[in-house]
Amino acid sequence: MNMATTDSSMVRFGRFLRDNPVIPLLAFLVLMIAVLEVIRPGIVTPFRAGRDGLISTFWVGNLIKFAIPLAMLAACQVLTMLTAGIDLSAGIVATVAAFVCATLSSIWGPVPAVLIAMSMGLVVGVVNGIGVGVVRVHPLIMTLGTGLIATGCMQVYQRLVINAGSEIPAVLSWLGTGRTFSMPNGLFLFVPFALFVFWLMRFTGFGRLLFALGSNENAAKLSGVRAWQVYVALYALSGLIAALAGLLYLGMIRQTSLSLASPLLLPSVAAAVIGGTSIFGGRGSFAGAIVGALIIRVLDTMLTLMQMPEGARTMLFGLIILTVTAIYVRITGSR
Amino acid sequence: MSDIIKKNAWVAGLVALLFVLLVLTKAIQPSFGMSGLESVARAALPFAFATAGMAVVVIVGGIDLSVASMMAVCAVTAAVLMERMAGVPAILIVLGLGFVMGLINGGLIVLTRVPDIVVTLAMLFVWEGVALLILESPGGATTEWLKQSIRGSVIPFVPNALAIIALCVAVVWIPLRRSKLGISIYATGSDELAAFRSGVAVGRTKIVAYGVCGMFCAFGGLSLASLTGIGEPVPGPYLMASVAAVVLGGVVLGGGRGGLLGPIIAVLILRIVRTILTLLAVDPNVTTIIEGTIMVGVVMLGTAATLRGARK
Repeated sequence: MNMATTDSSMVRFGRFLRDNPVIPLLAFLVLMIAVLEVIRPGIVTPFRAGRDGLISTFWVGNLIKFAIPLAMLAACQVLTMLTAGIDLSAGIVATVAAFVCATLSSIWGPVPAVLIAMSMGLVVGVVNGIGVGVVRVHPLIMTLGTGLIATGCMQVYQRLVINAGSEIPAVLSWLGTGRTFSMPNGLFLFVPFALFVFWLMRFTGFGRLLFALGSNENAAKLSGVRAWQVYVALYALSGLIAALAGLLYLGMIRQTSLSLASPLLLPSVAAAVIGGTSIFGGRGSFAGAIVGALIIRVLDTMLTLMQMPEGARTMLFGLIILTVTAIYVRITGSR
Repeated sequence: MSDIIKKNAWVAGLVALLFVLLVLTKAIQPSFGMSGLESVARAALPFAFATAGMAVVVIVGGIDLSVASMMAVCAVTAAVLMERMAGVPAILIVLGLGFVMGLINGGLIVLTRVPDIVVTLAMLFVWEGVALLILESPGGATTEWLKQSIRGSVIPFVPNALAIIALCVAVVWIPLRRSKLGISIYATGSDELAAFRSGVAVGRTKIVAYGVCGMFCAFGGLSLASLTGIGEPVPGPYLMASVAAVVLGGVVLGGGRGGLLGPIIAVLILRIVRTILTLLAVDPNVTTIIEGTIMVGVVMLGTAATLRGARK
């Protein structure tokens, strides 16, 4: 640590951000909410608009509710980015899971439908894992490709079940739309899920392997890590998480469509990147990604209030990813 | 020397495969003739330009994930401009726009030192947003003569669409490849550090290569606009298809090897496979799955082959 004293303040600042990404992020979130309050007085603090209450629990509940599926998809990106990968099939996997679940639950009942939907995520994930881990295709290209195939499969499947109708299992709509103490019920799923991801990343051998492979794959391999097994397990897990997020999103939107969760894909990558996860591997935190998801939702509300067109929003998300990554490369000097 | 023979052997093999597939098509559908060939060539037009652009950046050692989005930007710009002005100036403006978009991609990669795959992933969304800002829903118009030019065949037995691909690629690529810049592109692709130490302006070479890619995307966008007659702001499925065609065409992912002839023949092969599946009365959605599987398979095999080559 005595090395740090000789470093320039810029590098020290970069190191601080790298070690504690959540602190500046939380400050930024509060700042964004303050700006939102200035744009539309009374949206966060009802008393200024002449209503009761210091802080609108309805607004906070809504913010959290819509950030949950985003944060879950961001978990896929955080976990895969730890090994310098990415999962671009997550959005489609979520959509497929939601679609399969909605169409099957009217025929076979909710439990088998949910199980089959989850297994869809597992299948796509395992294929991704084999492509990345065994054949060594770049994760970006591999997951794009499997996403393409999954979309095709879903379209064929849609032709088969077009008359069967759809039904959303009651549990999912309870999780998606219900509220307890004005907080969304989705937290009942999300809090254990988030704890599980924390535990996985911090306290298990698997988590350490992910960090090790991302930091230096050759070193990890020479130390005896069977990389391909880790990759297959990682992408399978990512597929499962994406399917779970899709199911929750289904309960929230209560509609089936062939592009249900696809618009969440880019924001999920942005949430992970904003949250301090390096797209080059070896560094990342899920807490940061959760704050990142909240920030993106606030930003989304802001852009909607300013009546920004869809194109400008898409553009902005792209620029955010690029800027944050570029700043990271500049500050830490690493790639 | 043996390397050149090997490279040509790969292209020759692709031509033979294309020929076999054409004969197979004829066997399945005896009435498949000039008009069938013409529609294959026409459908291949945007894919061929996307692939040509992708091939240039892969040769320089990068990858451009934003090709489909840049094509969408060019297509909507062309459709909007052609509603208001004559065809020729509109085409020139679109080509310039494509070149500038490519230069921006390359410039960002060189300046920020962020890996190309990340930069172009972000730019994919930026260009998609730009396309939506220019034209929110499909619309605009395309000049009549442009729509007519890609139909029929002026030269006997050569569909116009195929002639256009050959002409555009030849006009851009052959002088480029013969020039100093072309040599720099191959040098940068095969070993960036060695190229830099030999006095190649690596950064500038990369930027120009991305610019050329953008220009090919502009050709692709123009062909999209003339195929549909309107501008469509949503990017098509050209990214995976172009990566697969580039790999199948003998360009090594990682750079430095291959040309543009192989990838363009590979595009025709992939299109013919689609035609064969359609003629066999396979459900079009199943065709998408089969195509996707072929593409992923090709990329997997290509990557495995590159790794084996690297180990030797």
